[in-house]
Amino acid sequence: MPGPLVVLAAAGLLLFLLPLAGLIARAPWAEVGPALRAPETATALGLSLYCSLAATATALVLGIPLALVLARTRGTLRAVLRALTTLPMVLPPVVGGVALLLAFGRRGLVGAPLYAAFGLQVPFTTAAAVIAETFVAMPFLVIAVEGGLRSFDHRYEEAARALGARPWKVFLRVTLPLLRPAIVSGAVLCWARALGEFGATITFAGNLPGTTQTMPLAVYVALETQPDAAIVLSLVLLAVSLAILVGLRDRWLGAP
Amino acid sequence: MLRAEIKLSLGDDPFELDVRLEVGAGRTVAVLGPNGAGKTTLLRALAGLVPLAGRVELDGEVLDDSRAGLHVPTERRGVGLVFQDDVLFPHMSVLDNVRFGLGRGGADTAREWLDRVGLGDKANARPSELSGGQAQRVALVRTLATQPRLLLLDEPLAALDVSVRADVRRELSRQLHDFSGVRLLVTHDPLEAIALADEVVILEAGRITQRGTPEEVTARPRSRFVADLAGVNLLRGTGRDDHVELESGATVAAPEAGDGDVFAVIHPRAVALYLTRPEGTPRNVWRAKAEDLDLQGERVRVRLSGSVPLVAEVTPSAVRELGLDRGAEVWASVKATEIAVYRA
Amino acid sequence: MHSARAAALVAALVLTACGGSATAGQGAASAKEKLTVFAAASLQPPFDNIAKKLGQMTITFNYAGTQTLTSQLSQGAQADVFAAADTAHMKTVENAGLVDGSPSLFAHNRLEIAVEKGNPKDIRSLSDLARPGIVVVLADPSVPAGKYAQQALARAGVTVHARSLETEVTGVLSKVALGEADAGIVYISDVATSGGKVDGVSIPDAQNVIADYPIAKLKGTRDSSAADALIAYVLSPQGQQILVAAGFETA
Repeated sequence: MPGPLVVLAAAGLLLFLLPLAGLIARAPWAEVGPALRAPETATALGLSLYCSLAATATALVLGIPLALVLARTRGTLRAVLRALTTLPMVLPPVVGGVALLLAFGRRGLVGAPLYAAFGLQVPFTTAAAVIAETFVAMPFLVIAVEGGLRSFDHRYEEAARALGARPWKVFLRVTLPLLRPAIVSGAVLCWARALGEFGATITFAGNLPGTTQTMPLAVYVALETQPDAAIVLSLVLLAVSLAILVGLRDRWLGAP
Repeated sequence: MLRAEIKLSLGDDPFELDVRLEVGAGRTVAVLGPNGAGKTTLLRALAGLVPLAGRVELDGEVLDDSRAGLHVPTERRGVGLVFQDDVLFPHMSVLDNVRFGLGRGGADTAREWLDRVGLGDKANARPSELSGGQAQRVALVRTLATQPRLLLLDEPLAALDVSVRADVRRELSRQLHDFSGVRLLVTHDPLEAIALADEVVILEAGRITQRGTPEEVTARPRSRFVADLAGVNLLRGTGRDDHVELESGATVAAPEAGDGDVFAVIHPRAVALYLTRPEGTPRNVWRAKAEDLDLQGERVRVRLSGSVPLVAEVTPSAVRELGLDRGAEVWASVKATEIAVYRA
Repeated sequence: MHSARAAALVAALVLTACGGSATAGQGAASAKEKLTVFAAASLQPPFDNIAKKLGQMTITFNYAGTQTLTSQLSQGAQADVFAAADTAHMKTVENAGLVDGSPSLFAHNRLEIAVEKGNPKDIRSLSDLARPGIVVVLADPSVPAGKYAQQALARAGVTVHARSLETEVTGVLSKVALGEADAGIVYISDVATSGGKVDGVSIPDAQNVIADYPIAKLKGTRDSSAADALIAYVLSPQGQQILVAAGFETA
């Protein structure tokens, strides 16, 4: 590889490494124990894991069919659908949160009839945090799966049909298994994004320990008054994320 | 019995596939044609994978009728499709592949079929562990196991190594023999067609140009494609009783040249070459220029241009004696009795 | 301390970029005096006005929760003037040796209940906030307004289960303005400058908390005379008038 490229690659690597190194190097290791054992930490972590996993599950159920539709449409319609599904990726998260409020809040497009009919208010609930995370993270899954479909050999599906398989059987026994690498890598990206979501969550779901205060929010609030606690929370989140990412490895991301 | 009348538009270069076909049960028909003629599209249309205008009827059941808006989806047609590259499901074992189209208790049937092609011991292997020939055999029994009424084979041997092809072809021949439904085989290899088919259909630019047994078709080619296949010279002109008038104005003397639009076939072996104008009985003598010389085994094929473009087949020693080279001016001669003429 | 400082500095730099900040400059004239002012979020409406009146200065404001500003300053962020929403945070900054001279009290603020326009849920007092079915949003206790709200509620003997603890008091206001919350506890000045989007329900003095707003010149100032001029204006009758118009009480 040409020399200058290696230098650039090294610079890129440093950009990722240095902040992490800083976090680990300057951590108040003496205070880690008590901070970890504090109930607030467990609450925030548990809530974060629950919400991010729920968001990923929702993204899988809604996103895979969406990717299938995307892959099968052509022309202008496809361009429009594509733009819609990737919009949350380019929208600033807080703007996303405001938009969610305007759709699902008590005076929102969908929220208003919901509230009038059932007295149901979506913001301030854990469900709202899940919705916010799904909104920002699902595009990653859709893009990954759509990418997998583009390089998909459709003859497998044709062969299955010629063997008498109805559409559901083709989907469950041929399409999905062959899409597994794309689905898994998309789900991992989706989950990671959901775990780190802040702006949309705090704007749409609010900030309440135990209900909507996920780890990123807890870190933000702690940063002002208890910086040490904030660092510890950050480390916990970092460790959990790393563990899951490393655990997945190629085994699940490789070809079937 | 398959009855099909199919019209549909093909690809980026829009020309129409316009085909009328009837194939009886227990017969193998080979669809032969140059690349891009529409052979694969025809198969896919019969399989129900592409929309068409027209009508397809199999064993009395209507599978497609565009006027009535009827289209039976692929999965309900009872049509078997074998692709060029096996297209075995890579995430399933060989056995699971073969029993994919079978219901409960399919495992036993699947195993029987695998044994029949000598692959019983590979039941638990993954498709990626098989050789090309083995994979294609599995693909074949995967389809046969579902007992389709119509078997469609899309260039089943094309992706195989030449060395393996003969074995798989023999296997295919055996299986086809036992298969009771209609069989349609697409290929661009005339050898495959001759070896496996009862009847040959020539598809060129979306249209059927010729039909018949392999022998009939090659004996009386009606197009350059078939002529090239058969390795003969094909001329077209107007019959005038005892000679044929070509478009170029040249005359080709031939007995029973008949009347009207005709084809004249001359085997390359029947063309003799001279450096000076020959005398003697041959009434067909033309000036020609040697454009190309091609050594094929113990013979040389010489492509000649002139008022009557021909390919001549001579011996290497003849080439030496005549001092034949590219651009050489020669005289070509063919005995009238060596020329076969038939209606176009 | 070293580790916390470093980490907080990184955070401060990040938060400065995304936490509330606004520029109320008069253009890019290099001859003008330049000031950087860190001010509590609730001071935005009157301070923006004051900046307009002081056309000879280019003032860059960093509006955020007082707790955010305090930690930024403690970790070395550069500013000329600091205006806080409580004396406790100003004390923290003083103890860090960052204040030049002494802080001056320039305004007071009191709490008020912000409700939806028209007060549809008919809220009249702090105890109404504990009514079942009333959705209440408060500022997080780490924010001065949040701390004061807790004090007021304690004085009134009311227990409220807030649905969200916002990190800036303006967040509370916007939730009420958007119709998402039935009520929130904010400053009187927040309701006054909301442009009629919310209505206010007063809290009796016995329960209310008076917030003291101090302002100080910082040692890190780059234009001492300009900083003095700004503080003088804030304390002057004209400055006080602007503050009162925004719902504050004079010092």
